[in-house]
Amino acid sequence: MSVYSTDQLRLEKIHIAQTGHELLAVDTTIYPGEVLTVMGPSGSGKSTLLAYIAGFLDPVFSASGGVWLGERDLLSLPAEERGIGLLFQDPLLFPHLSVGGNLRFGLPRRIRDKRQQVTSALEQVGLAGFEERDPATLSGGQKARVALMRLLLSKPRAVLLDEPFSKLDTALRQETRALVFSQLREAGLPALLVTHDHADADAAGGRVIELG
Amino acid sequence: MLRLAPALVITLLVVPVGAGLAMVLLPAFGYLPVLGGHSVSFAPWQMLFAQPGLSRSVAVSFASGLVSTAIAFSIVVLFLAASRGTWLDRGIRRLVSPLLAIPHAAMAFGFAFLIAPSGLMARLISPSLTGWERPPDALIINDPWGLSLMAGLVLKEVPFLLLMSLAALPQLKVDKRLMLARSLGYAPTIAWLKTVLPSLYPLIRLPIYAVIAYATSVVDMALILGPRLPPTLSVSILSWFNDPDITRRFMASAAAVLQLGVTLAALLCWWLLEQLIRLLTRNWLINGSRQRGEIALRLIGRSALLLSSVTAVAALVGLGLFSLAGFWRFPELLPQMLTLDHWQRSGPMLAKPLLNTALIGLISTTLATALVLATLENEYRQQLTPKRTLWLLYLPLLVPQIAFLFGLIVAAESLGIRPQLSLVIAGHLLFVLPYVYLSLAETYRRLDPRWLQVARSLGVSRNAAFWRIRLPLLFAPLLTAFAVGLAISIGQYLPTQLLGAGRVTTVTTEAVALASGSNRRLIGVWALVQAGLPLIGFMLALTLPRLLGSRRRELAT
Repeated sequence: MSVYSTDQLRLEKIHIAQTGHELLAVDTTIYPGEVLTVMGPSGSGKSTLLAYIAGFLDPVFSASGGVWLGERDLLSLPAEERGIGLLFQDPLLFPHLSVGGNLRFGLPRRIRDKRQQVTSALEQVGLAGFEERDPATLSGGQKARVALMRLLLSKPRAVLLDEPFSKLDTALRQETRALVFSQLREAGLPALLVTHDHADADAAGGRVIELG
Repeated sequence: MLRLAPALVITLLVVPVGAGLAMVLLPAFGYLPVLGGHSVSFAPWQMLFAQPGLSRSVAVSFASGLVSTAIAFSIVVLFLAASRGTWLDRGIRRLVSPLLAIPHAAMAFGFAFLIAPSGLMARLISPSLTGWERPPDALIINDPWGLSLMAGLVLKEVPFLLLMSLAALPQLKVDKRLMLARSLGYAPTIAWLKTVLPSLYPLIRLPIYAVIAYATSVVDMALILGPRLPPTLSVSILSWFNDPDITRRFMASAAAVLQLGVTLAALLCWWLLEQLIRLLTRNWLINGSRQRGEIALRLIGRSALLLSSVTAVAALVGLGLFSLAGFWRFPELLPQMLTLDHWQRSGPMLAKPLLNTALIGLISTTLATALVLATLENEYRQQLTPKRTLWLLYLPLLVPQIAFLFGLIVAAESLGIRPQLSLVIAGHLLFVLPYVYLSLAETYRRLDPRWLQVARSLGVSRNAAFWRIRLPLLFAPLLTAFAVGLAISIGQYLPTQLLGAGRVTTVTTEAVALASGSNRRLIGVWALVQAGLPLIGFMLALTLPRLLGSRRRELAT
């Protein structure tokens, strides 16, 4: 992996409300290489927080507060220029593209030796030679790994994880969890994980904020 | 640019209908300077009410709209209630879009060939059951009360209402409702009628109103199956408008306004029936009756739709048979010999109408699809919830064509636009656009927003995400919507005939023009071509995604 920038993700006095009723308030800084876990029952606004940071907030919510990546004010940027990578509970591999096509989709345009990068990314997660495969033919764990590498190849500056392991079965969940957190730590990215599973929070090993 | 799309779409649909209606209303009261009408008068109305047989025309138009819709609606509802999960259900689901694609005119011709005194049905039972050695002298087609017209309309309305219902049902979580109701001891058909139908009806109310409006004012089908002396109101209007005597054009305008009133009256009547039925069934819904009528409803539900579908298919087969028939004596079921003569002779005459049909269909559908995509994408980007103004999309489907198209020509001519190909295309857009929208909107809105969020978090702009993710993921529904648009365009008779001033010929105008003659072989050829074109579109829409996406399993399904 190439060197990432190591800016911190600052969530400054964020308040999110729905029809006048406050859902959550957060004020914290996530440092490079740290995974901050936000826990809470469903309906507590965890995913809404992620949508606000990534730039996809539904207008039924009203939100205030600042989101800073280093010195950059993310809220003034469109979603695609924020450099925020997303990982959902579904891998969401584009069904009209091959595995390799999915990885290349995330690569910045100017990058050279794209083929080489895709190949080595697949090798890194034990999927060497999977470039031409149809995502539909992959197992759940394999899809999760491809989704992770697609995210990392796009060179995000911070990562948001929305219950990324909740759909995997127990054995696979531990393995995938370990892989995701070690890759994120190695990349030195600030990461925000929302979950309702305490085991996720334990594996992340960072601070935990409880909502609701 | 994108923000203008919804306003543009609404303008495109509302302005022509409004202008057309205005330009019919004015001459209806004697005012149209172009034709020398300078003062307001009731002369057109007096002349109209003096026409022999007017009340019969009005009655047939009114009744055929209500009766055919009521029958078609009952068939569809009982089928959905009675056939869940049966082989019939799966078979009909596959058949429904091809049946919907068959234009009204082709279906009318096929049905006429089936029920005519010398048609396939009479041959099937003659002379064994009837003793007929020659075709009986009976007025079956063009019967004075429009019964054959109503039956023909039912054949076309059933697949439409069925498709609209099938599109609306997924949001109702039918399985859970039925499971619950059946665990409480309700028989399956009763359970569906009591727990699903009350929620389904509001979702298909607008399509039903469109069906009523269409059926009360249809022209092409009425020319083929409807009564002759007097014809339905819409057909009378058409002949009065085309009359060289200018005073008749004023009368025709008054008649067009009357047609609008007849359609509104039919809609109002249906609405009153709705209220009545709601009142009458309020108690039935909660009276706890769980089994009564189950068997009868199930039998009717399955057989009625089967019968109408088989009839529609048989009508198509009949067209094919007549187009290939050589010498064919009456009671014999099949022709003595088959020949390609009629096809070969029609070949050269088909070229120009085919080209026009394709041109008009492709251009109007492409424009419609682009406008619909722009509207839906704008709605997604602005995160708008679908607005109430969207019912305006239905306007061209709720206002009878015959009531505003003549006015539209007058309006266009006053702007210096003569009837021509481009005007026909613009006219088709009015009717293609709503259907493309209806066919695409739900799928478009239901696409998981996370697909686009992932794409954008990977650094792709909104526009790029639209082209590279949204469109490929929606490829199959997009093609289906395109095929629907094409089918609608291909089937249009009145807009083509009027906005092209009869000079723009399509397979549909040519086929309908044959109705007054009696060359069944030729009619068979043209009606079959007319029915075949939309089918080709639907087949392409079904197979292209599989061919192109064959390597991608999840996309193909």
